[in-house]
Amino acid sequence: MAENTPFFDEMRRASGVRMPYEDYSTWFDKQDVARLAQKSEEAERFFRRTGITFNVYGQEDAEERLIPFDLVPRILSNSEWTKLARGVEQRVRAINAFLHDIYNRQEILRAGVVPRSLIASNDAFLPQMMDFTPPGGVYTHIVGTDIVRTGENEFYVLEDNARTPSGVSYMLENRETMLQMFPELFSQIKVQRVSDYPKNLRASLEASAPPNCEGRPFVVVLTPGIHNSAYYEHSFLADQMGVELVEGHDLRILDGRIAVRTTRGYRTVDVIYRRVDDAFLDPLSFNPQSMLGVPGIMDIYRSGSITIANAPGTGVSDDKAIYSYMPEIVEFYTGEKAILKNVETHRCSEPDSLAYVLENLSELVVKEVHGSGGYGMLVGPAASKEEIETFRQKLKARPANYIAQPTLSLSTVPIFTEKGLAPRHVDLRPFALVSPGEINIVPGGLTRVALTEGSLVVNSSQGGGTKDTWVLES
Amino acid sequence: MLISVSHQTTYTYEAPVSYALQRIRLQPCNSALQTVRNWSIDVEGGTLETRYADHHGNQVGLICAEKGAQSLKISVGGEVETNDLSGILGKVYGRAPLWYFQQPTALTEAGPLLSDLADTVSGYANELEQFHALSTAILDKVPWVLNETHSETTAEEAVGQASGVCQDHANIFVAAARRLGKPARYVSGYLFMEGRINQDASHAWAEVHIGDLGWVGFDVSNGISPDERYVRLAIGRDAHDAAPVSGLRMGEGDESLIVSLQVQQ
Amino acid sequence: MLGKTAGGLYWMFRGLERAENTARLIEAGFRIALTRSTDPASDWRSVIVTSAQQAAFEARYDAYTSQNVSNFLLRDPMNPSSVLSVIKSARDNARLVRTALTTEVWVAVNETWMVLTDLLGHTIPDAELPQTLEAIRQQSALVRGALYGTMLRNDVYNFCRLGTFVERADSTARIVDVKYHALLPSPAYVGSRMDNVQWEMILRSVSAHRSFRHAVQDDYNAANITEFLILDPRFPRSLAFCAQRITENLEALQIEYGDESPSLNAARALQSRITDRDIASIFDEGLHEFISQTIIDVAATGSTIEKQYRFTS
Repeated sequence: MAENTPFFDEMRRASGVRMPYEDYSTWFDKQDVARLAQKSEEAERFFRRTGITFNVYGQEDAEERLIPFDLVPRILSNSEWTKLARGVEQRVRAINAFLHDIYNRQEILRAGVVPRSLIASNDAFLPQMMDFTPPGGVYTHIVGTDIVRTGENEFYVLEDNARTPSGVSYMLENRETMLQMFPELFSQIKVQRVSDYPKNLRASLEASAPPNCEGRPFVVVLTPGIHNSAYYEHSFLADQMGVELVEGHDLRILDGRIAVRTTRGYRTVDVIYRRVDDAFLDPLSFNPQSMLGVPGIMDIYRSGSITIANAPGTGVSDDKAIYSYMPEIVEFYTGEKAILKNVETHRCSEPDSLAYVLENLSELVVKEVHGSGGYGMLVGPAASKEEIETFRQKLKARPANYIAQPTLSLSTVPIFTEKGLAPRHVDLRPFALVSPGEINIVPGGLTRVALTEGSLVVNSSQGGGTKDTWVLES
Repeated sequence: MLISVSHQTTYTYEAPVSYALQRIRLQPCNSALQTVRNWSIDVEGGTLETRYADHHGNQVGLICAEKGAQSLKISVGGEVETNDLSGILGKVYGRAPLWYFQQPTALTEAGPLLSDLADTVSGYANELEQFHALSTAILDKVPWVLNETHSETTAEEAVGQASGVCQDHANIFVAAARRLGKPARYVSGYLFMEGRINQDASHAWAEVHIGDLGWVGFDVSNGISPDERYVRLAIGRDAHDAAPVSGLRMGEGDESLIVSLQVQQ
Repeated sequence: MLGKTAGGLYWMFRGLERAENTARLIEAGFRIALTRSTDPASDWRSVIVTSAQQAAFEARYDAYTSQNVSNFLLRDPMNPSSVLSVIKSARDNARLVRTALTTEVWVAVNETWMVLTDLLGHTIPDAELPQTLEAIRQQSALVRGALYGTMLRNDVYNFCRLGTFVERADSTARIVDVKYHALLPSPAYVGSRMDNVQWEMILRSVSAHRSFRHAVQDDYNAANITEFLILDPRFPRSLAFCAQRITENLEALQIEYGDESPSLNAARALQSRITDRDIASIFDEGLHEFISQTIIDVAATGSTIEKQYRFTS
């Protein structure tokens, strides 16, 4: 395998196997490749049989696909993780402070740290959240922070997912699968547990219950339904937390609260972990055509009688234009320098930046400010001349719609192939749980891997796969 | 002036309703312009589920119709003491910042017609004069005509068809004022009219934020700034935000709406 | 439990039961058309008539052939009652109520859907029909086994069982209804080819052609067969058996919930008309009238269950 690539391989350097991978490497070298190949097939059959799939959008009778799973774990040492976790926690704390500020006094705009136009022109800014504090003061109960690595100590945040981040079910299922496939590995190598996540999630949601909740808070997961691409995750999380999975039409307003229809009548709900987007949450407040939401839920919310996790309007903190100000935002609210680095970001809304970007398109990654899932972006170094020219026109037509970043030399981790190990680019999405006064991050997260050789796009909708992510105990 | 209001909104459903919600902004608030002496909200055929202050500071109620109800009657009323301050509410601010009131909404997006209209008054040095001139210009261009517009008519559309009611006038005014760079907002409320106790609908006007004065009201339909005959109910960026009643219903059949409104001294 | 979940479980098991019933019916038709028939088209028509889908079939196909009938009943996506459609909707319901099911039951249903979608993805030649029907039966047994073996005996289980037995009662009653003329004791038919074929068709379509012989030592005649189908408490597809199970499951729910139960009242009324009587009194009442009323009562019990347990808002 190529050990002298310009990319940082997290397992093998020219000098040998990196420390966190030492024990695994020893174990791997003793394995029979044919047996591993068979294990890999078994894992796929298992995922298929148990319905661990995601639906593909925009197709009649949507096809259900597997997210390919690679059996080589991505391994982080305890000290690497500790630094990452501190950085994520700091960032998540800043995001919550930012959201409270933006929807109340807007000190950060008054101070001129973040330009007002970024909020004023932002579709994710929900006026309905102004002059209001959610129960417990928590805006983002769950955050998934996308992190990439370029060197031994070089970690960058690529994106803050503060709306309804998904993927945590794959983090849990991947570990479960590894435990099933290679139990002996886990007795040889001490890996920190991720299995507490559902329990922590429930505790965190319960801790944010509204003040008028009586007894143990009643939590539900709100899903758009079985045809949603992440439905599997919604049912998985409800199941793992031991709470009900509901759809909008199961809920109604009763006695000034939100109530769910049970076989014995209606029962009050205290906390809704919703996986329905803001626009569809309340037809009385937002998209009136929505059949997925709960009419009037915003009225109950503003009365302080229901917790919605994540709070509506959190998207104002995670688009790519706001992202470019994140170091300033972290410093403004925490008084500390950001622990995790931001990728250098050119805002095409600024004429100088636009000129630079147009000049250097073939070396940059250009993204839509509000885009996600790897759609609508240009990866300069991988694009053809025609693609670059087409994108140039789009960029000129709506510069404020784009930001550009240098192409990062994403680190690689080997995947298992028929020909043995082969390096592929990866990212990492740890999941932070926020409750009043506490932030909890399960050690690890979801490692996404670009399965095609040389590809930098890890999104599952674009041919990415996943790996189990290990944080070593020591 | 002590104004007495009695306002009934009655929905009659063709088929028994399975689930219906009405969001009401029918509770006046105290300000320099008015003091609420007493006010009540009664609901027949439904329940007032919750009350809260919305993001514009309006007192909002949410009503849920009883299952199987064939009508829902919302009765509000009371007495409000008003002052004539020439429509000047003053420098009174909620959490919503001034820039927020400079943002257009779907109903108040300025197209070419509205921009032309706003441009006709762009030359004034004195802001009060400018907005009185705007008010006059709007009424000239869009005379008051009943039933040619509806609750979804945009400001631009109303200018285009050159007719409208107080709601359209207020939408056009806020759209034009924003076009001229000023924070502006929509106001819903009641108007006492000598000799017309029984009225068909509540009223609407606009407020614009002028440098030294703060918020100042303009009633385009009547060509004046509000005086002691006006009772403010709710504000917002457009007619939707400040709508006294807005709702949603599940079930078959049509509904009909009857409004009964008495405003007297 | 959520009302929607109860509804999802109930409809999931109605769907699985319906798929099994359809497979059984085709098997009966196939067997008779192949081995006994001088007029296969009329035997296949009889299958469609028994499935109560004559109008829908004739709107889509121009001839009663084994190919058309098995296509229509097994894999036609335009037929909402085809095995393929019904299994897909049962699996959708299972996804909907995923959190109420054990992993074993979920995996069994998911696999059933995977296996049958694959199997029914192409036209089935006559030669492959027996294996296909066998697979449907096997998959359905797999789900039932997982249900018996792994599910808590609580309200979740009760709603599953209610779906099964309401569907089964309806199915048996419809088979009797469609064939009631053949089941009336009439000297005119005795010994004719007609009644023998009809009787075999009926018994095979409820998988009772062997158990009937074991259970009923008496004559092979209309009254005995009718009694077996309606009144025999040992036969798991008889109306009496189904009514008994519906009542039991509703009793369990009533005990668990402690509420007044209109569904239980309806089920008891249904059951009391079917038990503690002999077949002669049913013939006196009029077999057709009796069965028509039973179909209505079963449907009414079903809709009372749906309403009482708030399957929908």
